Amino acid sequence: MIMRIAQSGLGRIGYLAFCTIVFVFLVAPIIVIIPLSFNAEPYFTFTEGMLRLDPDAWSLRWYREIIANEVWMRSLINSLFIGASATLLATVLGTLAALGLANSTIPARRLIMGIIISPMVTPVIIAAAGMFFFYSALGMGQTHLGLILAHSVLGVPFVVVTVTATLSAYDVNLTNAAASLGAGPWTTFRRVQFPLIAPGIISGALFAFAVSFDEVVVVLFMGGVDQRTIPRQMWSGIREQISPAILAVATFLIVFAVLLLLTVGWLRRRSES
Amino acid sequence: MAGSVRWSAGPLDRAQIRALGLVAPLLLFIGVTFIAPLGTMLMRSVHDPVVADALPETLAQLKSWDGEGLPPEAAYAALARELRRAAAARTLGQMAGRVNRVQVGLRSVVTRTARELREVEQGPWRTQMAAVDSAWADPATWYAIQVTGERFTARHYLNAVDLQQLADGSVAAQAEERRIYVRLFLRTLAVSGLITLLCLLLGYPVAHLIANSSPRRASLLLILVLVPFWTSLLVRTTAWIVLLQSQGVLNDLMVSLGLINDSGRLAMVYNMTGTIVAMTHVLLPFMVLPLYSVMRGIPATHMNAAASLGATPLRAFWRVYWPQSLPGVGAGALLVFILAIGYYITPALVGGSSGQLISNMIAYHMQTSLNWGLAAALGGVLLAGVLILYWLYDRLVGVERMGLG
Repeated sequence: MIMRIAQSGLGRIGYLAFCTIVFVFLVAPIIVIIPLSFNAEPYFTFTEGMLRLDPDAWSLRWYREIIANEVWMRSLINSLFIGASATLLATVLGTLAALGLANSTIPARRLIMGIIISPMVTPVIIAAAGMFFFYSALGMGQTHLGLILAHSVLGVPFVVVTVTATLSAYDVNLTNAAASLGAGPWTTFRRVQFPLIAPGIISGALFAFAVSFDEVVVVLFMGGVDQRTIPRQMWSGIREQISPAILAVATFLIVFAVLLLLTVGWLRRRSES
Repeated sequence: MAGSVRWSAGPLDRAQIRALGLVAPLLLFIGVTFIAPLGTMLMRSVHDPVVADALPETLAQLKSWDGEGLPPEAAYAALARELRRAAAARTLGQMAGRVNRVQVGLRSVVTRTARELREVEQGPWRTQMAAVDSAWADPATWYAIQVTGERFTARHYLNAVDLQQLADGSVAAQAEERRIYVRLFLRTLAVSGLITLLCLLLGYPVAHLIANSSPRRASLLLILVLVPFWTSLLVRTTAWIVLLQSQGVLNDLMVSLGLINDSGRLAMVYNMTGTIVAMTHVLLPFMVLPLYSVMRGIPATHMNAAASLGATPLRAFWRVYWPQSLPGVGAGALLVFILAIGYYITPALVGGSSGQLISNMIAYHMQTSLNWGLAAALGGVLLAGVLILYWLYDRLVGVERMGLG
């Protein structure tokens, strides 16, 4: 008996140690980037000065460089513009569809769902190649509009999945109650259903924005010089001349990701309670 | 999902019509912005009008050619005429490139012939063209023109699986040095399988730990999984370059600890190792999240019951816990595998030359070799594989449950 407890104790330590290593594997690479972005030297590793915590070895040099750099700033504006437009489109279309799919008797539900989710699993290189052929033929090859349409369709599955999940927790009796009190369908939606599923819609919108904000393959294939986005700019940075300025951008994106993640978590807790 | 496909026997009721009306705009949108582009790509894989448009008369002359010996003088005359016309219309380069893919070396033969014939007004065309290049006295050249002149062709698909159609119409394997795609597909499958396995090995205990933690601790641990999930893919890939490159953080650390010599720095990135490590990191959350959501529903009392009945922890796990967690294992593994076989960005950035997967080959043919027909055919094969896995996922898990955290 004692043997077994000792064994399972050892097993438990091993299990916790293993899990710790996996958590380190997940998070450490991302965290390492942050201090390196304050490197005073153009290196991708910790200099001796940094390790000695010598203040001269640390600097905001790369941040200044990015802010002063017109190309980075223009790609930020492009990313925000394309992301916001794609999010708006994806959220409106996705929410409407999720409302329709909430009716469990809708015909061919499984097929419809399969089509709606398909952009999420289709290898993005195939989608990008197809979009390149298709949009070029329509004369929308190197336009913002082409990228906005492409990014919305890539983000829309996330909206539908998130809003559908929120709607499944929605009590249909509320709609019936509102209707029995004389509210029309639009009023019922606006005054009863929408406020309750709003957290789901916002989460879906944040997902869609994150998809667009991180998308690089379609931009590589379809975007021209005027459509350079932040990921596209990072892509060239990594491939062509890897400068620590990229790490400063990466740090900004990490902070952004954590903010998104916390917001979505907060919205979920709100809609669950 | 079960029973969700319910066709009503009679006409649709009003609620159903309204539901369809709400879904219709999105379906239309996806049809135009997504399905139509995929269709365009698939069309490209079987349809190529460049040569047929450039050389209609030549191809008409070749219709009566038996493929044995050389075609009649009329075919040479037509070709000479149409080559000059193509040169004037600037479609010669495209056309020559198409022919070159069937018979390597013909690109320069075609462009040079067109140039030399510019001044020539009179036949006999066969002798004059053969004087420019002896390739015109070779039936294989004419065969290449005839084959690329087909508007609809299975050539690209044959090419994508390392086959070719010979002059007599039979299908045979490509020459040894051109057999690269089947091996690349197999490598992509093997690497994706390995990454899926690694994700399962790393993700299973972690998901179990989170599922069996107090709600407070679980939400903290989940954040550790979700931070990489939400962080930009390019950031994560950059992180691995920073960590793994030869002057990078890990090599520096090992050198300063005396584990390796300064001259013996390990090559951990820009090769297959880099691809596997970075992709496992990128895809791990897609394994942990479905596992966690299934494991959360497994009552802890089951393991206690098994233990009180005398099962060793290992036996209790294997007979009681593991079977109940299988839906999560299936969902996570399928999702990771589906995403892995189509992965492009990470191998392109950290894979070097040995760590490339099929998507990278598609990108190469799209952007560098400009062999769009082949790129589309490779994409078609990959898409078919993904659709089969997607269908399987829907059967086993239901696509609606592709929830992500």
